[in-house]
Amino acid sequence: MRRAPWRAVGAGHAFVAGYVILLVAFGVIPVVYAIYFAFTNAGNTFAGLSNFTQSAQDFRYVPAFEHIGAYLLIWLAALVVLVTSLAIVLHQMSVRRLSTLVRFLYYVPGALAGAASVLVWLFMLDPTVSPAASLLHLLGYGTFGDVIQPGHLAILFAMIAFWTGAGGWIVVMYGALNNIPHDIMEAARIDGAGAWRIARYIQIPMLRKWIAYMVILAFATGAQLFVEPELISEASLGVAGRDYSPNQVAYDFAFQNNNVNYAAAISVELLVISLVVAAVFVTRSRFFDAS
Amino acid sequence: MALAIRAARARSRLRQSCTRAAIAIAAAALVAVSAAACGSSGSSAGSGGSSGSAGKDGFTQAAQTSGPLTVWVDSTRQPAVQAYEKAHPGVKLNAVLYDGDANGSNTLQTKVDLYDRTGSGWPDVVFSAENNEVSWAQPAGFTAPLNKGLIPSSVLSSFASGALNPCTVNGTVYCLRNDLAPVVLWYNAPLMKQFGYQVPTTWAQYEQIGEEVATQHPGYIVGSAGDTFTPEIYLWASQCQANDITGIRAVTVNVTSPNCQRMAALLDTLVKDGSMTKLSVFSTAFDKDDKGKVLMLPGAAWIGGAVFDSSSGLNTPKGQIAVAPIPQWPGSATPATGNVGGGTWLLSAHSAHLTEAVDFITWVTTNNGYQADLAPGFPASAPAAAAWLANQAKSGYYVNDITPVLQQAAGQVWQGWGYGKFSQEAIWAATVTPGITAGKSIASMLPDWQTAITNYATAAGYQVSH
Repeated sequence: MRRAPWRAVGAGHAFVAGYVILLVAFGVIPVVYAIYFAFTNAGNTFAGLSNFTQSAQDFRYVPAFEHIGAYLLIWLAALVVLVTSLAIVLHQMSVRRLSTLVRFLYYVPGALAGAASVLVWLFMLDPTVSPAASLLHLLGYGTFGDVIQPGHLAILFAMIAFWTGAGGWIVVMYGALNNIPHDIMEAARIDGAGAWRIARYIQIPMLRKWIAYMVILAFATGAQLFVEPELISEASLGVAGRDYSPNQVAYDFAFQNNNVNYAAAISVELLVISLVVAAVFVTRSRFFDAS
Repeated sequence: MALAIRAARARSRLRQSCTRAAIAIAAAALVAVSAAACGSSGSSAGSGGSSGSAGKDGFTQAAQTSGPLTVWVDSTRQPAVQAYEKAHPGVKLNAVLYDGDANGSNTLQTKVDLYDRTGSGWPDVVFSAENNEVSWAQPAGFTAPLNKGLIPSSVLSSFASGALNPCTVNGTVYCLRNDLAPVVLWYNAPLMKQFGYQVPTTWAQYEQIGEEVATQHPGYIVGSAGDTFTPEIYLWASQCQANDITGIRAVTVNVTSPNCQRMAALLDTLVKDGSMTKLSVFSTAFDKDDKGKVLMLPGAAWIGGAVFDSSSGLNTPKGQIAVAPIPQWPGSATPATGNVGGGTWLLSAHSAHLTEAVDFITWVTTNNGYQADLAPGFPASAPAAAAWLANQAKSGYYVNDITPVLQQAAGQVWQGWGYGKFSQEAIWAATVTPGITAGKSIASMLPDWQTAITNYATAAGYQVSH
C-alpha cells in the first residue's frame, strides 16, 4: 500500500488538532480531575469508595436516578419510534417541495439554544398565558401548579427534549435513508414490496447503525438532564424540579453542601453508566464494522 | 433569575458542543467540567471574617483600589441603586440584577463558592431577600464584620431592636437589615363592613369568617396558602416548632405537635372551602382571579406595598386596605406572629473599595432618600421607619394608621423559629405545595414535611433533634 503524501497527512492532522486540543482541555482533563476528586476527600487523601457509598445514602440520590430512568425510558422510546417513522414517511413523500419544507420545520426548534427552548415551554405549560391553554383546561389543568405535578415531570421533560432534539435527528435519518443504494430499493419494488415492507425489511435494518448512534448520544445527553428541571424549578419557585436529576444533586452537593467529592462521585457514575450503555449499543449494532 | 438562566444556558451550550462533538466519553465531560470547576484551589476562601481578630476593622482586608463599586440587587431594590446614583453623581456603580436569592434559590452562595475558587469576582455589596445568608456567608469568610470599625456604632444602634439578630454571630454583626417583615393581617375595610364582619382577633374567629365567606360570598378569599413562605406566615405565627435553631449547627424539628396541627387543620378547612386560595400572591393567575376579591390576607409587612399598592400586583385603589394584628390562639402567654424575610445587605470582606462600599450600604439602609421615600417595605432602621410611616400616613393609601400595628408586630415575632443554612421556603415548596395542589390535606403531610426538613438540615450539616 502506498503511503499518502505528507501534505495530505499534515492537513489531516491540522484539521483534527483543533478538536483534539479542545477534547483534551474540556473532556479528558476534567474527567481525570473528576476521577481524582471522586476518590479523595476534602483533605486530598485517598478515600477509597467512600464518596460513592456515602453520596448514594443521601436522601436525594435514589429518587434522582429513578427520575432519570423514567425520563430516559420515555424519551428514548419516543425518539427511536417517532424519529425513524417520521424520517421514513418524509423520505417516501413524493412532493419534493413539501418534503423540503417539512424537513426545515422539523429542524427549527433544534436551532433554539437549550435554555431558550425551555423558556418557550414555560409559557406553553402555564394555562394563564399558554397558546394551548384550552387544551390544558380540557385535560383538567387550571394552573401552572396543576401542570407540573411531580408525576408529570418525566413526560414533560421528554416532550421538551423531543421537541428540541428530534428535528435534527429526523434530518440525519433522512440523509441516511438517501444513502441506501437505489438499486436495492428498486429490486424490492420489482419484487412487489410495498412501502411498509420496504421500511420493515430494508430501510430500518439499514438504519440500524444510525439508530444506535442516536440512542448512544441521546442517552448521554439525557442522563445529564439539568437545564430543564432547573428552569422549571426557578419558574415554579421551587415547587417542581429541584434535586430532580443526578446532575442537579451533584450540583447541589458542590455548591450548596460544599462537597465537591460527592459531586465528583456522582459525575463519575454518570460517565460510567453512559460508557457502559454506549459499549452495549456499539457491540450489539456492530457499529464499527466496515461494510 | 437572569443570572441563573445565563448560567444554565452556558451549561447547556457546553453540553451540546460536547455531545455533538463525539461519542459518549465526551458527553460525560460536562458533568466532569462542572465538578472540576469547583475543584481548583480554594485557598483564598475563608481568609476574612471568621476569625474576627486579624487586621484592621476585624478582618484581613484586600489591597484597596479605585474603580466602580459592584452591587448585586434584585429588581425590587433597583430603585435603591438609582436613588444612590442620583444622590452621588461622582460615584461609579456597576449594578448587577439577580434573583435576590428569593425562595431559597441559593444563587448567591453558588456564585460566591465559584468566586472563592477562582479567587476573584465577588461583588462589593449584595442585597438578599433572605435573612439567613450569614449562616453560610460568615463561615465562608464572604461577609465583612461591620461592628469592628467599618460602621460606627451610632449607625448600628439606630436599627430597630432585634433587627440585626439574623445578622449577628457571637456578637459580631455581619449584615445590615433592609426591612422588617413581621406578619400582620391585611384586610379590605369597606368590604368587611359591607359583609358585616368584625376584624378577627383569634384564629377561631378568622376560621369562622372564612367558612362563612365560602358559603355566603363565594369567590372572595381570606388568605393564600400557595406561596413558598406559607409556613412562615401561618405556622410560624402558630408557634410551630419547624425551625428551632438551637446552636450553630443544631436544629429541633417537631412539626407534628399540637401547635402545628391546629394551624394545619385551619388551613385545610379553608382551602377545602375555597375561601383560601392555593395560588401564590405573586402569580399572574392570582392577579387575574382575585383582584377585588381579597377580603383578608395574612402576610408580611411588605404585602401592602408589594401586592396591594403595586401596579404589578393587585393594584388596589387607595382607601380600601387596612392592617390589624395577626389573630392569636387562646392560651398563648404573649402574642406571637411570624416573619417573612426582611432582606439583608452584605458587604464583601474581599472588597477592594471598602470606603465606597460602606458608604453605599449605610446609605441604602438608613437614608430617607431610599428607605423613607421609595422602599416598599417597613425599614429596619428606626429613624427611616418613622419617616416611612409618616409618608404612608401622608399618602392616605391605607384606611387606618399602620404605624402602631407594624411597630408592635415587629416586637412580637416568635423567637422559636430561627435562621438556618437550609431554606424552609424551598423545603415547603418542594414537599407540601405539590400536595396542596393535588388536593391532599396539610395535616396529612406534616410527617412528610418533618422528614424533608430533617433530610435537608442533615445534608446542610445540622444535628437534628425531634
